[in-house]
Amino acid sequence: MSDHATEHYVSTAPFDPYSIERLTPEQERYYLASQWRMMWWRLKRHRLAVVSGLVLLAMYLSIIVSEIVAPYDLHTRHTDFIYAPPQNVYFFHDGSFVGPSVYALKYRLNMETLKREYSENHDALQPLRFFCLGDDYQFWGLWEGSFHLVCPAEGGTLFLLGTDRLGRDILSRIVYGARISLTVGLVGITISFLLGITLGGLAGYYGGWIDNIVQRLIEIIRSFPELPLWMALSAALPVTWSPIGVFIGISVILGLIDWTGLGRAVRSKLLALREEDFAVAAVLMGAKPSRVIARHLLPNFMSHLIASATLSIPSMILGETALSFLGLGLRPPITSWGVLLTEAQNINVVALYPWLMLPVVPVIIVVLAFNFLGDGLRDAADPYKTG
Amino acid sequence: MLAYFVRRILVMIPTLLVISVLIFAIIQLPEGDYLTSQIAELEAMGETVAKEQIEFLRKQYGLDQPFVVQYFHWLGGMLRGDFGYSFEYKLPVSQVVGDRLFLSFLLSFSTIIFTWLIAFPIGVYSATHQYSWADHGLTFLGFLGLATPNFLLALVLLYFANVTFGTSIGGLMDPVYLNQPMSWGKFLSVLEHLWIPVLVIGTSHTAGMIRRLRANLLDELQKQYVVTGRAKGLPPFRLLMKYPLRMSLNPFIADIGNLLPQVVSGAAIVAIVLSLPTTGPMLLAALRSQDMYLAGSFLMFLSLLTVIGMFLSDLALAALDPRIRLHGGIRR
Repeated sequence: MSDHATEHYVSTAPFDPYSIERLTPEQERYYLASQWRMMWWRLKRHRLAVVSGLVLLAMYLSIIVSEIVAPYDLHTRHTDFIYAPPQNVYFFHDGSFVGPSVYALKYRLNMETLKREYSENHDALQPLRFFCLGDDYQFWGLWEGSFHLVCPAEGGTLFLLGTDRLGRDILSRIVYGARISLTVGLVGITISFLLGITLGGLAGYYGGWIDNIVQRLIEIIRSFPELPLWMALSAALPVTWSPIGVFIGISVILGLIDWTGLGRAVRSKLLALREEDFAVAAVLMGAKPSRVIARHLLPNFMSHLIASATLSIPSMILGETALSFLGLGLRPPITSWGVLLTEAQNINVVALYPWLMLPVVPVIIVVLAFNFLGDGLRDAADPYKTG
Repeated sequence: MLAYFVRRILVMIPTLLVISVLIFAIIQLPEGDYLTSQIAELEAMGETVAKEQIEFLRKQYGLDQPFVVQYFHWLGGMLRGDFGYSFEYKLPVSQVVGDRLFLSFLLSFSTIIFTWLIAFPIGVYSATHQYSWADHGLTFLGFLGLATPNFLLALVLLYFANVTFGTSIGGLMDPVYLNQPMSWGKFLSVLEHLWIPVLVIGTSHTAGMIRRLRANLLDELQKQYVVTGRAKGLPPFRLLMKYPLRMSLNPFIADIGNLLPQVVSGAAIVAIVLSLPTTGPMLLAALRSQDMYLAGSFLMFLSLLTVIGMFLSDLALAALDPRIRLHGGIRR
């Protein structure tokens, strides 16, 4: 062996044996992200779900300030304008720009058909006012106010969606109705969620006879036709209850029947998960069943549960609408979209006053939005799945 | 297969028993009974009601008995084909409901057939043309059907049917055929009126069906045997019909069980709006006036319909798919 220098080339640059294992900042961000953050990234890719989520957010925010959003108070009656059709908004008058305005309504009773006929008086232009003081209201029934986003001109009218048989503005009533219709679903789903997790959890975790009983219970509830059961239960609500009591009663009824789907999902997931090593380890370390379920098992599929809960809110909103429509659900003075639709109960309305059916539009929008959002959430619920 | 059949029937018996208890409890829930609401009404009209008469009626109808006794009385009667007595109509329940049950059944059955006929081709088309414009459009249409409240759709369709085809409003047949025996003309008249409720009830369920069939078929279409078949030169249509479609049909059949309760519920409210002579409107009236035996029998009948539907769907599934385990009780 001699000490002559080696022939082959050696780079003198500093060598880092971990370079390929090190993550780029981007990769690191990805790998360190929590499950919820990854779900959010995935959900963002689902355009329709994001838009639906924003629509729902806007609607839920609007129910906080219904009084301000609505041009009129819930109970304001315009006895001169009964069954007035929707007023059009015009931006131009005589070829010049005048900003959003409506024309005054001219009322005439057709003496042959006894039908109320309205026409636009094109000489009386009524520019709309924005951020203005108008109809008085009680904000959440607590303090007085009269500030609105949009008001009619002084002495003018603004019935963008027409009026009903008492001359009340339908748009305002829809805005107020959202308060009830949108919360019924949330209260109902909370009850159904709690029931589903508790009963499904018991069944899945303990198995055996508890599982059997819960399974049979679910089967029996599922074999009832939903609506007749809702009808029967809400017919049982005492008539002496206050409107708020009826509202809570209806939500509870909706929730009591809806939990079975969630219950099943929880049960089947728990059955599989409770055999996993981490669950067994938790039990061996002396964790109580409630802790094992809530801390170790539930987080595994919470996202799925939220997605399926989102998908079952629409059926509750539709259920409330149907019940109220039949007169078995909420009753005036409580105003929900279903209560508004009771006005559109017969065929004459379709023929003569079709705008009374407009409260169905927000129902459709909300149901669609919840469906799309739920679809997106379901896709995002398992962010570790590729594709 | 026979053992499965028998066991499945045996499971139905306790289920129906529990359902009957629940129904009886529910129709007993409202305070008071038919007589108290009746008395209140009479007194509101300014009439006085003799106390003895009330006591007599109450005793005659067994309303003074405890809950359990009343229940067994009702249950025993049903087993003998006696469904109790309708206070409102002053007739035995079976006489009041007869025709209505048949029409309810006819309506539900036609709706399910309609749902299948619509959902099947659309689902297949959507899956084979995934993400095409037609797929998006049809899916959206399905969602729209899901989101529109049935009763309003019914009203609007009724109006247009009346304006364009001159179909008489409400009911399941032209007024001339009411209370007439079954005839060819009556049958045609029923068909002419049936399409509105069928369409209305069907729309809300086709959406779900389409989505499920589409998802199933998409899963199957990605499997290896499809690729193999295609590589071996099978014509696309034949390939589709022969393998993946059959595989994705299972959930379709299993769905009868879920579909039936939904269709029955949908039928109830649509029937009320369209004033069809089915169970819906009468159930509503009976619930309102606390005509408990009438309401109870209706609910019992609707539940029986769904339990039998689930049973049939389980049987069909077991017959069609040899992989379904017959042992270990009912399907989970």
